[in-house]
Amino acid sequence: MLPAEAGGGVPVLPVEAEGLFSLLWLIVALPALGAVLLLLGGRAVNRLGHLVGTAMSAGSFVVALVLFIGLLGRGEEERQVQQQLWTWLEVGDYTVDMGLLFDPLSAVFVLLITGVGSLIHLYSIGYMVHDERRGRFFAYLNLFVAAMLVLVLADDYLAVFLGWEGVGLASYLLIGFWAHKQSAAVAAKKAFIVNRVGDLGMSLAVMAMVATFSTSSFVGVSAGMPEASSGIATALGLLLLLAACGKSAQVPLQSWLLDAMEGPTPVSALIHAATMVTAGVYLVVRSNFIYAEAPVAQVAVMVVGLVTLLFGAVIGCAKDDIKKALAGSTMSQIGYMMLAAGIGPAGYAFAIFHLLTHGFFKANMFLGAGSVMHAMDDDVDMRHYGALSRALPITFVTFAAGYLAIIGFPGFAGFWSKDKIIEAAFAEGWIFGVGALLGAGVTAFYMTRVMLMTFFGDKRWRPEVHPHESPSVITVPLMVLGALSVVGGVLLLGGWITHWLEPVTGPEGEHELFVSALVLTAMVTLTVAIGVAVAWVVFGRQSVPDSAPQRVSWLTRAARNDLYGDAFNEAVFMRPGQQLVRGLVYVDDKIIDASVGGLAALVSGSSGQVRRSQTGFVRSYALTMLGGALVAVVATLAVTLA
Amino acid sequence: MSFPYLSVLGGLPLVGAVLLALLPRSRSAMAATVALGTSLITLVLGVVVGLQFDAGAAGFQLSEQVDWIPSLGVHYALGVDGIGLTLVLLTVVLTPVVILASWHDGDAGRWSTNSFFAWMLALEGLAIGVFAATDVFLFYVLFEATLIPIYFLIGGFGGGQRSYAAVKFLLYSLFGGLLMLASVVGLYVVSAEAGAPSYLLSDLMDVTMGESTGRLLFAGFFIAFAVKAPMFPLHTWLPDAAQSATPGTSVLLVSILDKIGTFGMIRFCLGLFPEASQWASPVVIALATFSVLYGALVAIGQTDMRRLVAYTSVSHFGFIVLGIFVFTSQGGSGSTLYMFNHGLSTAALFLVTGMLIQRRGSAEIADFGGVQKVAPVLAGVFLVAGLSSLSLPGLSPFVSEFLVLVGTFRTSVVAAAVATLGIVLAALYILLMYQRTMNGPLHESAAAIPDLRLRERLALAPVLGLIVILGFFPQPLLEVIDPAVGATLEQVGVEQPKPDVPLTAADEEQP
Repeated sequence: MLPAEAGGGVPVLPVEAEGLFSLLWLIVALPALGAVLLLLGGRAVNRLGHLVGTAMSAGSFVVALVLFIGLLGRGEEERQVQQQLWTWLEVGDYTVDMGLLFDPLSAVFVLLITGVGSLIHLYSIGYMVHDERRGRFFAYLNLFVAAMLVLVLADDYLAVFLGWEGVGLASYLLIGFWAHKQSAAVAAKKAFIVNRVGDLGMSLAVMAMVATFSTSSFVGVSAGMPEASSGIATALGLLLLLAACGKSAQVPLQSWLLDAMEGPTPVSALIHAATMVTAGVYLVVRSNFIYAEAPVAQVAVMVVGLVTLLFGAVIGCAKDDIKKALAGSTMSQIGYMMLAAGIGPAGYAFAIFHLLTHGFFKANMFLGAGSVMHAMDDDVDMRHYGALSRALPITFVTFAAGYLAIIGFPGFAGFWSKDKIIEAAFAEGWIFGVGALLGAGVTAFYMTRVMLMTFFGDKRWRPEVHPHESPSVITVPLMVLGALSVVGGVLLLGGWITHWLEPVTGPEGEHELFVSALVLTAMVTLTVAIGVAVAWVVFGRQSVPDSAPQRVSWLTRAARNDLYGDAFNEAVFMRPGQQLVRGLVYVDDKIIDASVGGLAALVSGSSGQVRRSQTGFVRSYALTMLGGALVAVVATLAVTLA
Repeated sequence: MSFPYLSVLGGLPLVGAVLLALLPRSRSAMAATVALGTSLITLVLGVVVGLQFDAGAAGFQLSEQVDWIPSLGVHYALGVDGIGLTLVLLTVVLTPVVILASWHDGDAGRWSTNSFFAWMLALEGLAIGVFAATDVFLFYVLFEATLIPIYFLIGGFGGGQRSYAAVKFLLYSLFGGLLMLASVVGLYVVSAEAGAPSYLLSDLMDVTMGESTGRLLFAGFFIAFAVKAPMFPLHTWLPDAAQSATPGTSVLLVSILDKIGTFGMIRFCLGLFPEASQWASPVVIALATFSVLYGALVAIGQTDMRRLVAYTSVSHFGFIVLGIFVFTSQGGSGSTLYMFNHGLSTAALFLVTGMLIQRRGSAEIADFGGVQKVAPVLAGVFLVAGLSSLSLPGLSPFVSEFLVLVGTFRTSVVAAAVATLGIVLAALYILLMYQRTMNGPLHESAAAIPDLRLRERLALAPVLGLIVILGFFPQPLLEVIDPAVGATLEQVGVEQPKPDVPLTAADEEQP
């Protein structure tokens, strides 16, 4: 392992997969096989779809775990393992191999995806039990997991793009799983199209890589980056940021995430908490060798992260739909990760650390929300909840663990990971630090609001609802994730996570703080306490009105409307776009096509005129001949006489 | 002389066509069976031809050559390079699919079912001839001859304004053909001036011609091919033709016949007029880029599914032309592969929408809704076909579209960036159509739509299978295409772009 030069990125220098590691391909192949079997297998297979799907995902987790342990046992310089599968394409000087790269970064992702993914599979067995298309649902889940694994395991940007868009497809299918609902169909399409806008960035980035290096492999690009011009580096950094904004629902491509809650709740947990939205963070951290040469792009990543973490938090404050409140918080938490990733080597490890803990506690809370909805006949309005802690004890306790983790209650997983990001942000500039600190306070506020409205206060249940705890196939995953939400912070013990990721992201480096880290931690905790207290005053001490109050501040109204993200897109892109399309259709029909038609009409019109002289009357022909003869004679005379 | 593979390959379907014409008129199932059998034998022979082809060797292979009109230097000369072979394979793969999918479509025409299938086979034979012709005059004759079967297929068996659409198609094509004829005559003059007149490609490539002569002759060929391709603003015959033709005819027209346009650009425009091609390339690149966006935007605004698919092709052909005229190996190989993949993807899309339209008796998108509930297999096929049209990675069109974009980026960043916008627009036109027809609440009049029948599934399965397999393993085709494109680019004489940061040997040694 070469030590990173000052300011330079870490080149990717893998070793060939052998022995145990030759099983690497199985991690992707198992869920992919599951998806193919279930999609093509017809009814008989589909009846067993939930078992097949869960087994494939769990099998992939087992392989991943074994390989992870294998990686732990290796020396630091041998922890980047590459497996070449086949040549995808080879044209001129450009070759793309289908290959997998199992290194400390992809290893933790693979564990998160298959681990949390398998729990969500298990949960879905219970959650989707009454759905006649359950087999199909598991096919899509497997497809999703497989695509996400390709995304994090591929060793070439073009192959990453394969997983990237595969995730987009799987999310399209899952968000629109109940496609007979118009809202679900529209939300699915919106998610895909907004993601495609981000994909513009990814496509152009790969093109620029090929033009610059004749390759898009991690090995080649990371080796060539130090030689590339700073213009290219900045362009690559910004294009990849655009891509990351799409998948990770960062401003300005955030609008799809809230609508995406149309999918069944396990989908929200899988796609919109633990995995898909983390793809953007992965991309930035993976591309550390690009951002090392592109300080401008790094600042852009930080700004996007800061804006989004506040943006999502504000939206989360105003939502009465439990899933949308959680979705707002997802956006916000991913913003924290992007902020950390933008900081560079001092932040990469904390971005990934927070990504892992967030994967635990957010999946936990989404699944918990599903359990609550299950009990409330699929009602998502928290104004119809209240006092559920008694009726749903297991869901309550596990959800509470997630709650304490996300607000950063001392000792819980989120406490460690968020604290580290705020610390790093302060070192980078006070505006980032204050923003991140403020976000922590707002997070505490809206999550306490969710907690109080759902589990405490009066019963505001609709008359026909009789809540009961979910079966164990649902509660067991909740308990596992709840436990992880409590203890996830152990990854930081002895600086394990930063040390572990060093072969990928380079050494952390030192940063200077204006106060000691301990004082800062106290400040964060105080801010969180204020947020909780305010929420308690507003929602805990007084009863929750049955419908949302209408006389509210402009900020609340804006937050209820997702800070007018959709209105902006509609006014700036959709309506002018529709006008353009309508105009072009008119032009195509009435001008371009008609001009050809007009030419035809001109020909037939003039031939009609000519035809009129052909009357068939001998006398008129005779007259014409006479006239012609006369003209000829006169002309001859004129020529002769002249 | 070795076995005349290409003559037999092209001749087989023509013999089948004659056979069908001689069969008694009343037996429609019989006609379809004979047609399918003929096309399947042709497919097998096509695969044999593919195996005979040596991917590593340069130049034309399986060549045949006989004097035809010696005084004009005209030969009956056939041969394929990797580009021609790819398109011949596309033709022999798609024809049986189309015949199987069009099993009953010939029964309601102006003429007999026999003639419906006979014209289809005739078209297959002529198309193979066009892709294999290595004599410009022979190419021209076959190029014009393909108009006859397609004219009768549209005008005789379509619906709606079939006569109008057929005549419009014919007039556009004849206009282009006329310009090409002028250039073909011009080539004779040039070749005669240089010595003995010859229409052989190999001879014409060596002929030197004046700058303005070359450009004029280029224009004649190019406009004819641009009508066929079809490029903005010469495209408006296509939506009408697709709207009026049977789905099978549309596939033959767009997936196979229109490829003659882009195929011709590579072989004749680039091959015979390298200087003029370079001279025209800025304009062509601009026009192609514009076509990409224009076709996609107008597609979004369509209310008729068949017209929508037709406009998506205008956009896709924009990509193909773009890749050809940027003169990079990724662009050229990407375009050639694009022709094949677009053939598959558009075939799937035309056929599945055709099946849908036939069930409902309407092609209006607004007349559908929620069909996935009653016909899940049809919806699934529709989705895969649509996703291939929007170039989803993992499906074959992605590889070719991406290669075209990479090749373009290396020549013109602006053109690449603008054309890349097409991938967002493609998602819009496909997913809007899919959402409105397949998702949402079930439209009352769509409730009785039955799912795909066995014959329809059998027809679509090979196309979808190829789309998926070639998405992950495009190399077998690229290995054939790349050397031929390399040879063409050498003929054009353009230096290939070099990377700014070439990988050092040390980097390449890394495992």
